[in-house]
Amino acid sequence: MENAFAQPQNVVVLGGSSDIARAIVKKLCAARTHTVILAGRSQALLDDAAREALDHGASRTDTVIFDAEDTTSASETVRRCFDKVGDHVDLVIMAVGRLGSQSQDQNDVVAATRMMNVNFTWPVAALTEVRTRLVAQGSGRIVVLSSVGAVRVRGSAYLYGGAKAGLDRLCEGMADSLLGTGVRLQLVRPGVVRTKMTEGLKDVPFTTGVNEVADNVVRGLTHADRVIWSPPLLRYVFALLRHLPAPLWRKVMDR
Amino acid sequence: MSRQRLSGWGRTTPGVFDVETPDTEELVALELAKSSGAIARGLGRSYGDAAQLSGGLVIANRSLNGLGEIAANGVVRVGAGVSIDELLAFCIPRGWFVPVTPGTRQVTIGGAVAADVHGKNHHRDGSWGDHVLEMRLVTPTGSLTVSPTTQPDVFWATIGGMGLTGILTSVTLRLLKIESDQVLVDTTRYAQLDDVMAAMVEGDDEYRYSVAWVDCMTTGASMGRAILTRGDHATRRDIADATLRAPSPARLRVPFDAPAGLLTPLTVRAFNEAWFRRAPRRREGEHQSLGAFFHPLDGVKDWNRLYGPRGFVQYQFAVADAQAQCVVRAIERLSSSGVPSFLAVLKRFGPANHGPLSFPISGWTLALDVPVGPAALPDLLDDLDEMVIGAGGRVYLAKDSRLTPAAVRVMYPRLDEFLEVKNRVDPRHQMASDLARRLNLLGK
Repeated sequence: MENAFAQPQNVVVLGGSSDIARAIVKKLCAARTHTVILAGRSQALLDDAAREALDHGASRTDTVIFDAEDTTSASETVRRCFDKVGDHVDLVIMAVGRLGSQSQDQNDVVAATRMMNVNFTWPVAALTEVRTRLVAQGSGRIVVLSSVGAVRVRGSAYLYGGAKAGLDRLCEGMADSLLGTGVRLQLVRPGVVRTKMTEGLKDVPFTTGVNEVADNVVRGLTHADRVIWSPPLLRYVFALLRHLPAPLWRKVMDR
Repeated sequence: MSRQRLSGWGRTTPGVFDVETPDTEELVALELAKSSGAIARGLGRSYGDAAQLSGGLVIANRSLNGLGEIAANGVVRVGAGVSIDELLAFCIPRGWFVPVTPGTRQVTIGGAVAADVHGKNHHRDGSWGDHVLEMRLVTPTGSLTVSPTTQPDVFWATIGGMGLTGILTSVTLRLLKIESDQVLVDTTRYAQLDDVMAAMVEGDDEYRYSVAWVDCMTTGASMGRAILTRGDHATRRDIADATLRAPSPARLRVPFDAPAGLLTPLTVRAFNEAWFRRAPRRREGEHQSLGAFFHPLDGVKDWNRLYGPRGFVQYQFAVADAQAQCVVRAIERLSSSGVPSFLAVLKRFGPANHGPLSFPISGWTLALDVPVGPAALPDLLDDLDEMVIGAGGRVYLAKDSRLTPAAVRVMYPRLDEFLEVKNRVDPRHQMASDLARRLNLLGK
């Protein structure tokens, strides 16, 4: 069960080897988290993340392998994760995503579809299953890793940004649908974060490390805010950027 | 049946669950038999997650509201869902008072048993369970009559057992004879913690009731300044034309949640300062009504909303007399942390009773309210846990919303004794609460 400070005991991570998810899990384990179930694509990476969780205070971890390109695997994956917890699930972190390579994918129908499946369809299918289960539990939390790139989609990353935008908007509605159910959904919109996913990208303003994002997420759990921005200042920066006239927006963002 | 979203008095971790309100013992047993998991709920005054079971069944006890006649020796049988407020309205005009009352009248008799509540007279009269003669308890394996002589292990596991042995339907207890609705109160202000603690050790035995309010926000020379109030029921010798009127209902209420930022170190410090200055340096024999003396916060309905939408936690611990330094260090830690805390309550406890999970142990207890919000608070309270464990003390489960299973195991060394009884009357682990899940009290 979660305590008064929004510190969960049982956590499921979908996309368990995501660098941001791992940084969040480390902080949760240092507080009250004792059971962590990590689901992802690569056993080796998940084992690594599981070891890290144990090092930081978890007492039980387990892993589930799935492929986000296969959208039919979502509900089965969630079921297996919940079964492995075998108790009340306090928090589900949705960290499935792939940045892809826009320049290659935009001319490839299969690759573009794959980007939608991994970043949108699989997460939505899984969240549907998670939602049902948490509502039946009468309490629980969902944290969905979105991106500031979802606020206004850039021409140079429209596949990733577009899929995230779909997920982000859908989750805003899902969060509203959960009012009164005891379940809460929060979106995380980080700026560029230095992770293995963004390796090779150049630092832009407001680039942060994963620990800063994790700090903001853990703090955000204790607030009622629907959206956790990281760094928090981006809330105001994007309030401005999303209303920039298109030519100016392109000039600023798609250099 | 209705599906409701409810939380404890601290409003921190709400859950959604089905609520049934049976009005007979048979219906309670029926509901319990149908459910896969259940917990009783009274007026929801436990601070954390003790009276809720997310996704399960909550059996509200408020329709178990029978009130028997008071025997000449003060023994009365009451429904577990009767509140202390309702019981007082019934018994004060007849010249009787509850043997123990917590800081609010808005708790049910069942809740008082489950939390084994204590009051300002613990140093003399013990806690609620010490005045219970017999109880009817619906367990998953059958309905029982339990008392200190009939199934004493089940009786004592239920005293302070946080509702986890079954659903109480009625309680037989012994009331206290009173001759008036007034308390004669002596108040003294102390500029330092050491002085008030010395005064309590020395003089508490002369009073039935004693409690000190301690300021946990001042540092330096006035660290832990306090107001000590002590008293006893006025008799006809004190007041010739004594009346016997029940306390009046709340006249004020907090109509909406206060904004989240209302309680800052600055505003709380200002409140504490005013509270301290308002108290007389020394005053003796003041007449106070029962309500004003025992339940000052009941004058304001829904006062928990003052803490804003994020709610608050209460931290209450007890340590033995020899560990009085733990109280001093805890107050030092708090006052230097800058975490805003309203006046804390300091009190002396008499000997513990036989309840394996009953909270009071002979010595000192300190209770404080703090709003959820300051980033340093979770770790600060974890540090206090360690300090309390180091001193052989414990934290009160009825107030808890943040302990760990490991800490509870050390704080309550007789936990296994409790779980043995629970597993016997509830072998399929049907009695459960969010607190029990969080603290691993299910007996699995």
